[in-house]
Amino acid sequence: MSIYTLGIDVGSTASKCVIIKDGAEITAKALIDVGAGTSGPARAIAAVLENAGMTKEDMAFVMATGYGRNSLDEIADGQMSELSCHARGAHFLFPEVHTVIDIGGQDVKVIEIEDGVMKNFAMNDKCAAGTGRFLDVMARVLEVRVQDLGDLAEKSTRVIGISSTCTVFAESEVISQLSMDTDKCDIIAGIHRSVAGRVTGLARRVGVREQVVMTGGVAQNRGIVKALSEELGCEIHTSPLTQYNGALGAALFAYAKATK
Amino acid sequence: MAEEKKAKKTVSPGVLALRKVVEDVYADARTAKAEGKLVGWSSSKFPCELAEAFDLNVMYPENQAAGIAANRDGEIMCQAAEDLGFDNDICGYARISLAYAAGKRASRKVDFETGEYVMDPNSGKPLKDENGNVVIDEATGKPKKDPKTMQPYTVLDDIHEIAALPEGREKELRLAAIKPYRQMQMPQPDFVLCCNNICNCMTKWYENIARMCNIPLIMIDIPYNNTVEVHDSNVAYVRAQFDAAIRQLEEITGKKFDEKKFEQACANANRTAQNWLKVCDYLQYKPAPMSGFDLFNHMADVVTARGKVEAAEAFELLAQDLEENIRTGTSTLPFPEKYRVMFEGIPCWPKLPNLFKPLKENGVNVTAVVYAPAFGFVYNGLDEMARAYYKAPNSVCIEQGVAWREGICVDNKVDGVLVHYNRSCKPWSGYMAEMQRRFTKDLGIPCAGFDGDQADPRNFNEAQYTTRVQGLVEAMDAGIAAKEAK
Repeated sequence: MSIYTLGIDVGSTASKCVIIKDGAEITAKALIDVGAGTSGPARAIAAVLENAGMTKEDMAFVMATGYGRNSLDEIADGQMSELSCHARGAHFLFPEVHTVIDIGGQDVKVIEIEDGVMKNFAMNDKCAAGTGRFLDVMARVLEVRVQDLGDLAEKSTRVIGISSTCTVFAESEVISQLSMDTDKCDIIAGIHRSVAGRVTGLARRVGVREQVVMTGGVAQNRGIVKALSEELGCEIHTSPLTQYNGALGAALFAYAKATK
Repeated sequence: MAEEKKAKKTVSPGVLALRKVVEDVYADARTAKAEGKLVGWSSSKFPCELAEAFDLNVMYPENQAAGIAANRDGEIMCQAAEDLGFDNDICGYARISLAYAAGKRASRKVDFETGEYVMDPNSGKPLKDENGNVVIDEATGKPKKDPKTMQPYTVLDDIHEIAALPEGREKELRLAAIKPYRQMQMPQPDFVLCCNNICNCMTKWYENIARMCNIPLIMIDIPYNNTVEVHDSNVAYVRAQFDAAIRQLEEITGKKFDEKKFEQACANANRTAQNWLKVCDYLQYKPAPMSGFDLFNHMADVVTARGKVEAAEAFELLAQDLEENIRTGTSTLPFPEKYRVMFEGIPCWPKLPNLFKPLKENGVNVTAVVYAPAFGFVYNGLDEMARAYYKAPNSVCIEQGVAWREGICVDNKVDGVLVHYNRSCKPWSGYMAEMQRRFTKDLGIPCAGFDGDQADPRNFNEAQYTTRVQGLVEAMDAGIAAKEAK
């Protein structure tokens, strides 16, 4: 009989769930675009169970992760940090991974992995620069959708330097560029370069070893992936499951617990 | 029964003695000031032996600021300094100290008509019934507050404004409303003693105090040393400054330098340092007989009373307490020790419970702090004393800094390192990234950094900290499992 486990990743801006079968195969996934402290976690859990055609009782173990991991005591059997879960999820998707870069809504993590296990890590300080929130603010100022930033950056012909690392000051710089009729695509390319520079500094603190895998919602932005690849001088691997990576890792840890 | 629910913590004789030493140092300074005697303010690693030779009462603003921050008044004092024009990105200790030197005080809000303090309804602990259950306020649905634990609103006051008031009720009430704890009752300085071996911003911090209070500044400059050895020319430079400081102190006090008292102070300082090191070394036991966090509290004695025989004796008592703990297999750590870490940097004093909580939840004991070697120095004679004072956290090179820390990491058997990236001390935090790389490379242990501040609570985020501690624990687990597999 198969063993099903559920991983729940409650982040600052989204709630993600993944159910896996026998620690090897993804059965169902669900994502709701609101995170900790909202209806997001409950809706994501209901959605993933519905997608799988299963109930909570069918789950051998439920593991919570993310900033909202401590608010799921009623359903979760255990909780782990998103650091370990992103490491495990990335190793499942890319067995040769040594460095994971995860850009989430409000933090950036760089994780060193050895033999599939987190060895060391670094996270951003108390500043939104370089995070998903930074991109949200910039998209709002530019009057574009955050999911379109990658496509727009590809049309850039010259990268505009956004020198400030502070979200508020960078916003002022963008407004200043807009008032000078600078092409939005060039500004967006500059924003991506700014984020990549910030994240690269953090990554070098830990040490960058290939393969490098980028996870989290921001990894869907091709412009960021490209800028980061250029800054680090190496290929950046991503997966269509990037947003689910933390929940996937949690589901894998849940399987390990269930079969211990 | 309340008594059955929570056993009252017993405090060991050594800890009681250490607390008394610091209380007495502050009380003696208040008495001295009241009697018209001189009171000085000193940086934490200024050679205290010099002031002891003149029987001077000396207070330590770094220790004071830590206490003010731990009493939750760091923010209002930092804000007061910012209102005076000091930037919010300079050291939190400096901001608190500069606001205090300018006469600013954290005070209790008082109703001048009734003379009563105005209580803050959001303060205090939840009210519990006779069964120990939290009492819910039916109107709000939230727990009621225990009136006995409620505190008055905190407001900022100014001793110069109060002094300028005519004699009368308002003046009396405002003076009495200044918070009563010792750090908020520290006497104003008549002179300042500054040694920049402990901190780069110290020089300008003390220069500002001297200017604001119009008092003498005795400065001992200990430059950064890019070699592990302290060369003879460095020693000569510092020795000459010791001699100049003695002459300045003779002028300020109108007394001659008393060599006998100086020698006694040196003997006391050495004895305190030896016992401090002995206490720190008990953390090498596994499990440790104490919570390493206790060392941060005991630092108050090392800083404020190193040259006093009472401090040396109190540390001897504490060493006896710990020997007893080792003999009986007990510890002051209120949970089983599962992991051992080095805590790098000064704690976030305003957030100590928040700092401790995830460590407790995960069974993490702090068994190494860099203050052990940094303040555990023993010397013989003035030249060796100059050499010893050259070796302070801010004046040593990274090789010495790494050697100190890796030494205690190995001796005290740590599984990981928790690094406080202290917004108040970017010079110190600045070389931590490289240190972390070396710890991991040399010792094969994981390190986690978190952002915070030693005195300004606005710079600490509990959720971020908790995630980093959990990440460190999971990385330590992986490291321990890998070692066991081999």
